[in-house]
Amino acid sequence: MSEPFEPRTDPDVDLGVPADRRELTARPATILATISAGGVLGALARAGLQHAVPHAPTGFPWATFTVNTSGCLLIGVLMAVLGHLGGGHPLARPFLGVGVLGGFTTFSTYAVDVQQAIVAGVPGTALAYLAATLLGALVAVGLGDAVTAGLLRRAAR
Amino acid sequence: MTVLLIALGAAVGAPLRYLTDRAVQSRHRSAFPWGTLLVNVVGSLLLGALAGWPASAAVSALLGTGFCGALTTYSTFSYETLRLTRGGHRLLALANVLGSVAAGLAAATAGYALAGALTG
Repeated sequence: MSEPFEPRTDPDVDLGVPADRRELTARPATILATISAGGVLGALARAGLQHAVPHAPTGFPWATFTVNTSGCLLIGVLMAVLGHLGGGHPLARPFLGVGVLGGFTTFSTYAVDVQQAIVAGVPGTALAYLAATLLGALVAVGLGDAVTAGLLRRAAR
Repeated sequence: MTVLLIALGAAVGAPLRYLTDRAVQSRHRSAFPWGTLLVNVVGSLLLGALAGWPASAAVSALLGTGFCGALTTYSTFSYETLRLTRGGHRLLALANVLGSVAAGLAAATAGYALAGALTG
């Protein structure tokens, strides 16, 4: 079963996809609680890594860089798998995509880390971190999606 | 205690991103991911303010690591950029990347400066 997935742009919720339009009105408490639970798990995993690998304001934020690039790789993999399954379990995307990976990755810490590195007087580190995260994330999501979709297509033949 | 505060912040931040994204999408038909841009910019503004304000470790865990961390997302941002590119919206993808980074950085800077000005 390798039906082409709905052409969704937004993995959180895409109102162009009929199933997404219906899910909140059908069972709002279940959807929101599922997203909450996933978000808590993702955020705690991120906080744990940031706690284990702290960085000085003048240093490169390796923990957040790793969180964001690996989270982007995983959402590429997840969306390819869900696409292959024709959407998968109705709570899989809310839990894993919106919750876990949304809670795991962070844009605010990325932006503030860049800003704090500039304040700390290390614009070179700020620029390197800004560019490395951006390029790493985009390459990771593309690879995660393409490699997973390719493997699933091959397995289905 | 810190773990509980992070969990509490994330438990609110993650569904709030989903609800914001829904609300924003229901108000326009553009392929541009305005919802994600909005949460990322608002989260960066708030986290910037927390960085510039003498916030306690508890407030930092609840609002910074938990709430802002779960409200904002890099995974959705990158996936949307990928989908825009694949869908032939190359200019929108480029605008999303440059716009998100510029607006997020500007918001973080503004939040930091505002908090600094208010607390003297």
